[in-house]
Amino acid sequence: MIPVGFEYARPESVDGALALLAEHGEDATVMAGGHSLLPVMKLRLAAPELIVDIGRLAELNYIRVDGDEVAIGAATRHHDVEVSDVLATEVPLLPAVARTVGDPQVRHRGTLGGSLAHGDPASDLPAAVLALGATIVLRSPRGERSVPATEFWTGVFTTAKEPDELIVEIRVPRRGNAGWAYEKFTRRANDWAIVAVAVVDGRVGLVNMGSTPLRASATEAALAEGKSIADAAALADEGTEPPTDTAGTPEYRRNLVRVLTRRALEKAAGR
Amino acid sequence: MTGVKVEITVNGRSTSDEVEPRLLLAHYLRENVGLKATNIGCDTTSCGACTVLLDGQSVKSCTVLAVQADQLAVTTMEGLAGENGDSLDHPVTAAFRAEHGLQCGFCTPGMVMAVTGLIAENPDLDERAVREGLEGNLCRCTGYHNIVRAALVAAGKDPDAEQEIEALSDAPRTAPGFSVGSSEGASA
Repeated sequence: MIPVGFEYARPESVDGALALLAEHGEDATVMAGGHSLLPVMKLRLAAPELIVDIGRLAELNYIRVDGDEVAIGAATRHHDVEVSDVLATEVPLLPAVARTVGDPQVRHRGTLGGSLAHGDPASDLPAAVLALGATIVLRSPRGERSVPATEFWTGVFTTAKEPDELIVEIRVPRRGNAGWAYEKFTRRANDWAIVAVAVVDGRVGLVNMGSTPLRASATEAALAEGKSIADAAALADEGTEPPTDTAGTPEYRRNLVRVLTRRALEKAAGR
Repeated sequence: MTGVKVEITVNGRSTSDEVEPRLLLAHYLRENVGLKATNIGCDTTSCGACTVLLDGQSVKSCTVLAVQADQLAVTTMEGLAGENGDSLDHPVTAAFRAEHGLQCGFCTPGMVMAVTGLIAENPDLDERAVREGLEGNLCRCTGYHNIVRAALVAAGKDPDAEQEIEALSDAPRTAPGFSVGSSEGASA
């Protein structure tokens, strides 16, 4: 499987990348690790005219404490999230979720910013970022803006990012040992989640329960009102529109998300 | 489309060519450099037969562009051969032979490179770490048992002792992140 031909540029700075995006607009696509983009290009579901490779920009590859948050460069690879001592202490959900992405080879290449930009509702990390209350920092020649994760995914594989913008950083509140859990359900190793649930401190992010990564708002509200875990988890599918595919029907996923949410909340409460 | 010049160090040797940006690293290694150990199995980042090391880390070369490896170092299974060219000089390949860690052999170059990368990252492997670390490599002969033993031997472990520890362990037998069974007492 060979992608449609394209031009390739590997700028040496974020400014260089932004200049290319400004010049080429929607004809250009950013690639970091390429582990979401290359597979769809090989299937010819995507055929960008220009690839702007940011995968080796050191200025987008870091994990550091910054005040009340941990700042993560957009091109930080899943493997580096997985083994980060800073994240293990400050945001332990994130390395735990990163460890469930693909396999070691995939995690050596795929990046956090790339996963968020791709916006696949079946991906693990967007739900984690939602549950963590993270913000996504976008930069363009027009300046920089921060978008809350709750406003970042706007539709199927679409985000609030404009064509001339680049995700440069993900800012995650330091949550330390606040109760967290990630419950992922798949049929096979190395597979996408049929449904998964990320919990941090009473916030609940859902994987594969609609056209975008979602928060389980009704469950969160019930928890805030002091309802029991069982009662709150029973509301986890409220407002969702889960997909049908070979792995299951919407009804199956609705049941699964209630079960997984209960398990995740119980596990988080025990931490 | 424009050809792009790439310079990639393959098994310690400089290689260079003008390639289309869409050329996959797996094809560069096989067709441009002429090293055929790296197999292309699924071509969809699933099976791991095309695993090579890129700057020391295991990657699936069907999902890396040759241009992404420009100025970097790639190791294929050929690169594990010693100075006399004997590919069994390397501890990982020798362990695969000693433990009969292959059946048809198609997945073997990818398995060997995945194990090589795994040991480089974590020299203190146990059976769980091997099985989880080889999650991205499929053996359609299902010869996993001896592949896992080979990885343990390559890491300097006694495979019988490690497998006994694993057999007696009550740790959950699921890959990381998998939700299992009833919630009572279940672990991720």
